[in-house]
Amino acid sequence: MTIVDVATEELVYERPDALSETFTHYCPGCTHGVAHRLIAEVLDELHLRERAIGVAPVGCAVFAYNYFEVDFAEAAHGRAPAMATGIKRVRPQNIVFTYQGDGDLASIGMAEIVHAAARGENITVIFINNAVYGMTGGQMAPTSLPGQKTTSSPNGRDIETMGMPIRVSELLAGMPGASYVVRRSLHNVKEINKARKAIRTAFQAQVDGMGFSMVELLSNCPTNWGMPVAESMKWIEEQMVPYYPLGDYKVAPELK
Amino acid sequence: MKQLLKGNEAMAEAAVRAGVEAYFGYPITPQTELLEYMSRRMPELNRVFLQAESEVAAINMVYGAACAGTRVMTSSSSPGVSLMMEGVSYIAGSEVPCVIVDVMRGGPGLGNIAPAQADYFQVVKGGGHGDYRLIVLAPATVQEAIDLTYEAFDIADKYRHTVVILADGNVGQLMEPAELPPMRPCDPGRARAPWALTGAAGRRKNIISSINLVPEVEEEFNRKLQAQLDVIRRHEVRYYEYETVDAEYVVVAFGTAGRVAQTAVKQARVLGLPVGLFRPISLFPFPEERLAELAQQARGFLVVEMNAGQMVEDVRLAVNGQAPVRFYGRMGGVVPLPDEVLTSIRHMTAKQEDYR
Amino acid sequence: MAKGRVEIDDNRCKGCALCTTACPQHVLFMADDQLNARGYHPALLEDPDGHCTGCALCAVICPDACIKVYRYVTRRSIAASL
Repeated sequence: MTIVDVATEELVYERPDALSETFTHYCPGCTHGVAHRLIAEVLDELHLRERAIGVAPVGCAVFAYNYFEVDFAEAAHGRAPAMATGIKRVRPQNIVFTYQGDGDLASIGMAEIVHAAARGENITVIFINNAVYGMTGGQMAPTSLPGQKTTSSPNGRDIETMGMPIRVSELLAGMPGASYVVRRSLHNVKEINKARKAIRTAFQAQVDGMGFSMVELLSNCPTNWGMPVAESMKWIEEQMVPYYPLGDYKVAPELK
Repeated sequence: MKQLLKGNEAMAEAAVRAGVEAYFGYPITPQTELLEYMSRRMPELNRVFLQAESEVAAINMVYGAACAGTRVMTSSSSPGVSLMMEGVSYIAGSEVPCVIVDVMRGGPGLGNIAPAQADYFQVVKGGGHGDYRLIVLAPATVQEAIDLTYEAFDIADKYRHTVVILADGNVGQLMEPAELPPMRPCDPGRARAPWALTGAAGRRKNIISSINLVPEVEEEFNRKLQAQLDVIRRHEVRYYEYETVDAEYVVVAFGTAGRVAQTAVKQARVLGLPVGLFRPISLFPFPEERLAELAQQARGFLVVEMNAGQMVEDVRLAVNGQAPVRFYGRMGGVVPLPDEVLTSIRHMTAKQEDYR
Repeated sequence: MAKGRVEIDDNRCKGCALCTTACPQHVLFMADDQLNARGYHPALLEDPDGHCTGCALCAVICPDACIKVYRYVTRRSIAASL
C-alpha cells in the first residue's frame, strides 16, 4: 500500500441549469446577461426552477422568457406586477417573479408596482435600473440622472421641467407590505456577488411567504450611453451610485 | 325555483356557479354590485377576489390568472372597459380564455351612469389594437344574463377566447324573477391545460406571449386567429325571434332596446301591422345569415338602438340592399319608449317601400 | 504549477472584454486576430506560465455565461500496491 498525491481537475463554475442555452440578443457587455445568470443561479440553488413562473416586461428584456428554463409570460408594458398578482393569487404554490426595467416599472407601470408592494403581494421583483430606455433607442427614463443626455433629452435631463429621477427602492420601502427592498449594483465582481445574495434573499422571502420583495440592480447600457463597456461600469460606480446609494431599504426582521 | 334577482348580482352568482375561480375588478357604476357581491361570495368559497388599483391592473390580473389556466373574470362599465382594452388585446394575442361583463353606460367621456349601448363598436369590433374579435353576448333579461354568463366560461375555454357579456345599466340594475343554474364544482383539472403556466416540472417550459417580431410569423398567427373566428362564426350564433314567421317588417334590436322593441311590436300586431322582432343575442358572431334570410321576406327593417346607430351598420351589411333599413336611436343614457318605436314602425309600414 | 484554468465558449462570447478587466492574474486577452461565428473577437486564456488560479471572477462578471472554470485539486489517496 502506497500513499500518493493525485492531481484532479474540478469544475468550479459553469452556467446554471435554469439559464437556457439560447443565445441572448443583448448587446456585448450588457449586464442584463449578468442579472439573468444570477436569477438562474438562485433558482438552481433554492431548487425553485420547476416551481417558478416568470413575467417578462416590455423593454430590452422583452425576450427574457427565451433565456430561462422556466414557465414565462410576457406582460404588457408596465403591467408585469398586475399579471404576476393574477398568477400568484391563483397559484400560490408557485414562485412568481417579474423582471422589469426602469421605463417599465418606474414610468408606465408605477401604479402597478406601488400597489403590488402595498398589498404585500407575495412576488419577487427584479428591477433593472440603467437610467435609459434601451429597447427604443436611448430615450430619457424616469431614472435618468440630472443632466444626462439621451435621445429625448439632447441637452441633458433638465430637472426644472422633468424633475429629479425617481428613487424606486426608497419609495417602495415605504410600503408596509414590502418585506425586502434593496439596491445592489452589477458594476464589478464584488457588487455582483452581493447582488446574488440579495436575489437569493428576495426569493427566499417569497418561499417563506413574507410578501413583496424587490432587488433593484444598477445596470449599464453601453450602447445607449455611447461608451465602451468598461467605461460604462465606471459610469455606474461614479455617476449612478452617488444618486442611487446601494443598501438595504427594507428588510423584515425575519429575513435578517 | 324562481327568485327576485338583480341583474348584476345574478350574473355574479351565475359566474360562481359556472366555477369561476378568480375575480379581479374595480368599482364603477352601474356595475359595482357585481364586484361587491364577489367580494363577499368568493372568499366564502375559498376562491380569489381582489379589488385592483385600476381597470388596467384588473384586466392584467385576469390575464395572469388566465395564463395560469384558471377560470377567471372581471366586470366593468364603459369608461373602465376603455381602460381594459390594452389588456384585452394582449389576451387576444396570447389566446387565453376569460370572461368580461360590461354593463354599458352613457358616454362619451365620463358621460353618465344611465343605460346605453354606445359601446357596440368598441366591444363588438375589437376595441383594442390589432386584428381580433371578441365573442360578444348581449342579454335582454336577468334570466338571459344568468344563462349567458353561466355558459360564457365554457365558450371561452372551448376557443381559448375572451367572451364579453355586453349588458347595459338597465339589465345590470333590473330586478326580476329568474332561476339560477345548479352549482358546478371548480375544475382543478382545467388548470393542467397543457399550455398553462404551472411551473416547468417534468415537461418543457411553457411560454405565453403576444409578440412575434417576424411579420410573416405574425401574419401566420393572424391567419390562425381568423380561422378560429370562422369556427366561432359557424357555431356560436344566437338570436331570438318574435312574430317573424309572417312578418313583412322586422324590427332589429339587442339588449334593453330589444325588450322595448318587443313591446312596440306587440302593440303593432294589435294594430294589425305585420311586424316581427329579431333580437341578436350574439353580437359577434353576428347572426347575419338569418337576417339575410329575413331580408328575402321582409319589405323593410327598423333598427332600434340606444346609440347613434352602430349595430345598424351590421344589419345593413347582412341585408345587403335587399330591403330598406331604417334606424331609430336614443343616446346619452336615454332609453327609448315603446311608443317612440311604434311611431317609427308606423312610419316604416306607411311608406310601403320595397326594394325588390 | 497552475492552480486552475478556464474554458471560454468562443461562439457564445460577444467580446465585451469584461472578463479581462476582472482577471486578477491578467491571463485573459481578446483575440484581436480571430472572429467567432457571430463576428465577435472572443476572449481567450493565455497562460503559459500557469498563473490562473481558477478564482472564477471572470465567470462572475461574464454577461453571457460562457466561461467554465476548473480548479486543480491535489488529493492524497491510497494507491493500490503494484
